[in-house]
Amino acid sequence: MPEVIGNFRNALLASDKDAAIDILDKYLLKHTPLDFVEAIAVKALDEIGTGWEKGEYALSQVYMSGRICEEMIDRVLPDQSGQRIDKPKMAIALLNDYHSLGKKTVYSVLRAGGFQLIDYGRMETEDLINRVLEDRLELILISALMLSSALQVKEVVRKLNHGSEKVKIVVGGAPFRLDRQLWQAVGADAVGYTASDALKIVSSLQGGKTNE
Amino acid sequence: MSETEMSPMQRVFTTLGHKEPDRVPLFLLLTTHGAKETGLSIKDYFSKAENVVEGQLRMREKYGHDCLLGFFYAAAEIQAWKGEVIFKEDGPPNSGEPFIKSLKQIKKLKPPVIAESPVLQEVLKTIRMLNEKSAGTVPVLGVVVSPFSVPVMQVGFETYLEMIYNEPQFFNLLMEVNEAFCAEWANAQLEAGATAICYFDPVSSPTIIPREIYRQTGHRVAKKTISRINGPTATHMASGRALPIIDDLAETGTGAVGISADENLRDVKQACRNKLAVIGNLNGLEMIHWNREDAKEAVINALASAASGGGFIISDNHGEIPYQVPDEVLLTIADTVHSFGTYPLDRLVKDDE
Repeated sequence: MPEVIGNFRNALLASDKDAAIDILDKYLLKHTPLDFVEAIAVKALDEIGTGWEKGEYALSQVYMSGRICEEMIDRVLPDQSGQRIDKPKMAIALLNDYHSLGKKTVYSVLRAGGFQLIDYGRMETEDLINRVLEDRLELILISALMLSSALQVKEVVRKLNHGSEKVKIVVGGAPFRLDRQLWQAVGADAVGYTASDALKIVSSLQGGKTNE
Repeated sequence: MSETEMSPMQRVFTTLGHKEPDRVPLFLLLTTHGAKETGLSIKDYFSKAENVVEGQLRMREKYGHDCLLGFFYAAAEIQAWKGEVIFKEDGPPNSGEPFIKSLKQIKKLKPPVIAESPVLQEVLKTIRMLNEKSAGTVPVLGVVVSPFSVPVMQVGFETYLEMIYNEPQFFNLLMEVNEAFCAEWANAQLEAGATAICYFDPVSSPTIIPREIYRQTGHRVAKKTISRINGPTATHMASGRALPIIDDLAETGTGAVGISADENLRDVKQACRNKLAVIGNLNGLEMIHWNREDAKEAVINALASAASGGGFIISDNHGEIPYQVPDEVLLTIADTVHSFGTYPLDRLVKDDE
């Protein structure tokens, strides 16, 4: 199994879609799509995310890997398959700024991990708060590149935690990575430093706890 | 100024020549703080060259650092391309929705005419005024966003990465237009009186793109563009790592590199010795909640890691200090550099021991 994970990881890092699809197709001869997600895709994406955090891989590789994987998993595990993980009910949003790479990468990695989630796109603070409440989300993932956007999370936390039902707020993006205290300063429940961290955080929240 | 005290210009050029000046030069790369200093909103502050000149001069008076910055904000270039710019109350103006909506647009893309761009004209006026006021004693820094990095704002980051990987034809076309504009914009700033050009190139960092792709893309673009810029340049990775590509950066003809807070400053300095001067790498985001002791400790550690032998300018890691960083922290940084950064580094060595 580690050999398959390694081969799949290397295909993703090289952005070699054909090689990645070949590995998937061979695997599916003996296993289910969800097995592939859990045993191969999630692990390979995690290795790539961790490697990026250590400075071994580049952000473009994290992004391209997520995109390739998302496309492949969408093909074998479509939304209507009934096999996608729809708990916790969650969405992802880019807060205020227009730098959407981080959001798109996390979205792709979570989809590749078999999760169901809504992509809110870019939202202003007030619109985001209203939409989260309207959709009765259990979890909102917020991506920000600019510091001023990251600081707006404080307002989101304040408004969303006002009622009786608490919405879990997970943040990510460069300001949070460079200042490791910032996520707590804005009152988030957890922070992801790589796209694959989102997989771990969301998985842990399925059990009702954060893994910060 | 005492007999042995150098002007900021002498200090900076001595260290860029890999020799020890009278003390380690300090670049406090302050932009939006000028608005606070002049009591204006960020939008009003950047609306007129006179405001920025006043802000820059007041901040240099207050902190005694070794440069004046002609830079307004990165998205000013996008404004010149007629893209959207969004002003914030508490941070630099940000580029809005990418103005290139379809890759086909690249085929007809024409670079901005500098003389017809109000914001670029204000930047040039600022540089001219700062140059006159400082009478050649303080470096006036101009800034360009590299042709390889500006597409993040032109087409959006995801589209751009996919273009680099999968659309070489569009990539090459875009680089051609951007290279021409970048060199022209850098040279206009030099003609207006900028001492050197900071070539902001975060996408070239191994944090963003693998070295093997960088060698075929950002490296080639930088080599071509920097050779067309008629003055000294420093390449800034704007928080991205630089260590794995130090030799590549040196090949581009740049004279210095701005590095990440994630990197070991001592290792980078070692790799750059006699090839590139190092600029960095105080963590600008952490500065927001530093107290005086934190600031002092960070400066002393940086000086101890990289000041020996010259070739080092102490600065932040991003090339722009966040608006939220308190004046007290900036004053402590400046005071510590002035106290501990004097060559020979006797005090630093003793205190470090």
